[in-house]
Amino acid sequence: MSAVDTVRNRLDALPDVGLVVAFIASIWAVMLVLAIAVGGANWANLAAGFIGSVTVLIGGYAILALALNLQWGYTGLFNIGIAGFMAVGAYTTAVLTAPTDPAAGAVPGLGLPLWVGLIGGMAMAAIIGGLAALPALRLKADYLAIVTVAFSEIIRLIVNWDGLAEVSLLGVPIGTGGATGISFKSANQVASTFINGVGQPLVAAMEGVGVSGPNLANLTYGILLLLVVAASYWVLARITNSPFGRVLKAIREDETVTQSLGKDTRLFKIKTFMIGCALMGLAGVLFRGQAGYISPQQFRPTITFYVFAALIIGGSGSNTGSIIGAATFSGLLFYLPARLGENVSLGGTRAPGNIIDAVAGLGSLDPLPLLAYTISNVSTLRFVLIGVVLIYIIQNQPDGLLGHRNEPATSVSLDRPQSGSGGEADE
Amino acid sequence: MSEPEATARQETAVTSDAIDSPLLVVDGLRKEFGGVVAVDGATFSVAEGSLTGLIGPNGAGKSTTFNCITGIHEPTGGRVTFDGQSITGLPPYTLANRGLVRTFQIARELSEMTVLENVMLAPGGQVGESVIRSVTPGLRGDVIEAETAVRDRAWETLEFFEIDHLAHENAGNLSGGQRKLLEMARVLMTDPEMILLDEPLAGVNPTLEEKLLERIHELRREQGLTFLLVEHDMDVIMNNCEHIIVMHQGSVLAEGDAETIKSDERVLEAYLGGDV
Ligand SMILES: Nc1ncnc2c1ncn2[C@@H]1O[C@H](COP(=O)(O)OP(=O)(O)OP(=O)(O)O)[C@@H](O)[C@H]1O
Ligand SMILES: [Mg+2]
Repeated sequence: MSAVDTVRNRLDALPDVGLVVAFIASIWAVMLVLAIAVGGANWANLAAGFIGSVTVLIGGYAILALALNLQWGYTGLFNIGIAGFMAVGAYTTAVLTAPTDPAAGAVPGLGLPLWVGLIGGMAMAAIIGGLAALPALRLKADYLAIVTVAFSEIIRLIVNWDGLAEVSLLGVPIGTGGATGISFKSANQVASTFINGVGQPLVAAMEGVGVSGPNLANLTYGILLLLVVAASYWVLARITNSPFGRVLKAIREDETVTQSLGKDTRLFKIKTFMIGCALMGLAGVLFRGQAGYISPQQFRPTITFYVFAALIIGGSGSNTGSIIGAATFSGLLFYLPARLGENVSLGGTRAPGNIIDAVAGLGSLDPLPLLAYTISNVSTLRFVLIGVVLIYIIQNQPDGLLGHRNEPATSVSLDRPQSGSGGEADE
Repeated sequence: MSEPEATARQETAVTSDAIDSPLLVVDGLRKEFGGVVAVDGATFSVAEGSLTGLIGPNGAGKSTTFNCITGIHEPTGGRVTFDGQSITGLPPYTLANRGLVRTFQIARELSEMTVLENVMLAPGGQVGESVIRSVTPGLRGDVIEAETAVRDRAWETLEFFEIDHLAHENAGNLSGGQRKLLEMARVLMTDPEMILLDEPLAGVNPTLEEKLLERIHELRREQGLTFLLVEHDMDVIMNNCEHIIVMHQGSVLAEGDAETIKSDERVLEAYLGGDV
């Protein structure tokens, strides 16, 4: 039995909510252990910092993976323009909520409340997603992929373009900020205000053990983001466990058959694509734009690849798997190695300057130089790790951690009705 | 074996005046693939409530005709009329919603979905196919109610086709014959008016074959369904179909009841002429 099988069997035994909670809690525990091991007297603050950051990452990737799971995992719509749709959401929110009287040199916006900005961002991402899907609806699946990647690049070029950095729209000065980016209402600030207001006693108690205010605020934000994940999960589970979700699965399997059974698959595809893009837009703001600042740099196409990696690891086609995959990818493969590299040192062994020197140490049966080299270069090498894990999963567990599970697309229990089973004795 | 023959005879009499009210009319249908002319001016009609056979040697254009009628392929020329309205070139979902459905010669099960999901997909106009209704708490009550009904019907259908023990199995794990049964079960769940069956009995065991044919006759009697059946087994065609259309090289070679077809020189030639 392979390692993944063992993990899978353990995961299977738990109900979905328990599974996700247990999984994230164990990542927190790993972070706590790391903080205690390397933090000395400062361990509590370090732990709060680690756990806060990892939680925000998990939350962000979970929303993205859930959205991609709806589009790709369920419906087979190959969206490789995730970064672009995130940018649409984030920039729309930014333009809607940036202050009308910004600091010197910054771009003004419409000064609307954050919640209006979030709704606007999701709506705009949905609309742009719908536009991207329109021409592709008549074409085969592969064309959608090309169209989405083209859209995503066009969007990035547009927001990077000086010409739109600051313009006057019907006399109102707004803009994207071009390459410099744009500042707007910070979602993180909301968490900070919340914890410093209602949570004042907690803040005081935490400061007593050395946890700084900003770290606690960030942790609060991470937990709020997990609540957004929970809400998204709830909505998506209801969408997918329904006759609507059944049609989506059928489209993924064989669109012609689905049409032959009377389903206008174009409508289903476009709705699904818009819902997924709206969620991606939301993640664009809450994840990439959490601190109230965005620039084109934050929406490079690599993030699209990361979301695919997260979903493939977790199991495409499973909502629970999407979250587990997001946590595994962002927490264990992306964040943890980087923190290990920063904080772990091997006593007296200094890391060699290059891989040749590092491997040379093996000649004299001394693994320490290689180990030290690995640790000091871990933020680069983790990409090798991600690649290896992906190849392993695709080769050995193409369904990912949870994709093999049957999450039937229906709103009711599928057991045979009582009366039916009585009459079927002649089998 | 003599009983179905008797039924067929009986129904032949009905057909001669029923042909005045054709449900499906195919007129000069043409389909080219590059240089290949797969259907070459096929013209025939199918009487409402009939079980009409469509036969012909391999490559005669039967499946392509089905594809053109049901909107899978856009015909290069000709007209198709269903229930008095032109349906030429309409998409498959529009036709299915009007009651015209088909099965595929090579079964196309939705392999990563369970057998039950495959069958539950089929019924038309399910309230839960609206996202809003499926998500919004207050509205989901209707969805649950409709789902329960669909589920119960799906189980009954699976029981009839004797694949209920495979309900929770992925459809991709079924045997060839079981996939054919699943195809039949699925189209029946759409509440159709007319079903085009493309070799539905190939690979189905004889006992079940009898049962399926019986069911077809029963659906005609009780619900007035119309069937157009492609089948290579001549006994099945001759014993069950009151009207038979013979295609050869893309066009209709002969039409008539079993006796007429059996004694038609050209039909014999087409079958013996090296095409089979
Ligand atoms: N998609 C396609 N592209 C090109 N040629 C095709 C296509 N579909 C069918 N043909 C050609 O059209 C002709 C008729 O094929 P069709 O499948 O309609 O025959 P059929 O009567 O159903 O035969 P069978 O009894 O073997 O199923 C064949 O010569 C076939 O090669
Ligand atoms: Mg054929």
